[in-house]
Amino acid sequence: MGWIGDTVDSVKSIQLRQLLTQAVSLGMIVTSALIIWKGLMCITGSESPVVVVLSGSMEPGFKRGDILFLHMSKDPIRAGEIVVFNIDGREIPIVHRVIKVHERQDTGEVDVLTKGDNNYGDDRLLYAQGQLYLNRHHIMGRAVGFLPYVGWVTIIMTEKPIIKYILIGALGLLVITSKD
Amino acid sequence: MHSFVYRLNGLLTFSVTILAIMCAITSLSDNLHTPSPSAEIQVMNINWFQKQPQGNDEVSLTMNISADLQTLFTWNTKQLFIFVAAEYETPKNSLNQVSLWDAIIPSKEHAKFWIHTSNKYRFVDQGNNLRGKEFNLTLHWHVMPKTGKMFADKIVLTGYSFPEEYR
Repeated sequence: MGWIGDTVDSVKSIQLRQLLTQAVSLGMIVTSALIIWKGLMCITGSESPVVVVLSGSMEPGFKRGDILFLHMSKDPIRAGEIVVFNIDGREIPIVHRVIKVHERQDTGEVDVLTKGDNNYGDDRLLYAQGQLYLNRHHIMGRAVGFLPYVGWVTIIMTEKPIIKYILIGALGLLVITSKD
Repeated sequence: MHSFVYRLNGLLTFSVTILAIMCAITSLSDNLHTPSPSAEIQVMNINWFQKQPQGNDEVSLTMNISADLQTLFTWNTKQLFIFVAAEYETPKNSLNQVSLWDAIIPSKEHAKFWIHTSNKYRFVDQGNNLRGKEFNLTLHWHVMPKTGKMFADKIVLTGYSFPEEYR
């Protein structure tokens, strides 16, 4: 009978208020990160305002692990711009340079051909079957700035998810065991 | 509040913030710099000018490109990506830009150069509008920094035109 009483005592001693406060502050951290991300999406006009370079097709300019800041404006797409685009059927966006532009007289719509700086040939092999050019709706943004090396954190966490779990576990443990 | 983990956390946050501020200032320092580049392109020869089976015109040409882009380099410049594009207008398209040749200039010493080359990429029109057409050749450069904002500009050279007939 003694240990039931002990268990009940320890359950009652968990201060509910302190637990709730910690849960709320954790929620605040997560939601403010979300607000910053969504705010960036609004300011830059692009669905993903920051991307990590995953392949070596733009070396030596952009190496694997660099991050690119994107911006999308209504300005027409011109040769030489570095654009990020999605191919139908592929989920990973590609960051390459525009080498050919054909802009229509009447509608202002545009056919665009891209190529990675470090690739030998243009991107027609990457496009969907039968697709010769990209159009404006494929393009998610133009690269306007970059930071080297910062993206390795994302690459490591994606390729070795165990590290992601360890990190989140450690942070959670830190939050729960903190005395203040 | 003074345990090892909290101190490590504070240290990491501070150093990341300082690094971010330094990168931003580095990028802003590029705005203080006014470059004065120059370039010249001569079309030495139109090697051939044919209509492909699909109906698109294709041309192959040889150019002499000379440029002095040394003033574009700053301490924050990693490399310069330059390319030569032909720009022209057709009845269907208000603007066509076709990249003919590109190069990467890794340092200031390589930025003053002269090259005799044929077009690296195929010059294919969307249609068969090139006979007798005038076009501009533009030399574009994209400054890729060690960190921060990238910027680009170009020099437009006018006065080139295609032959009247295929050859």
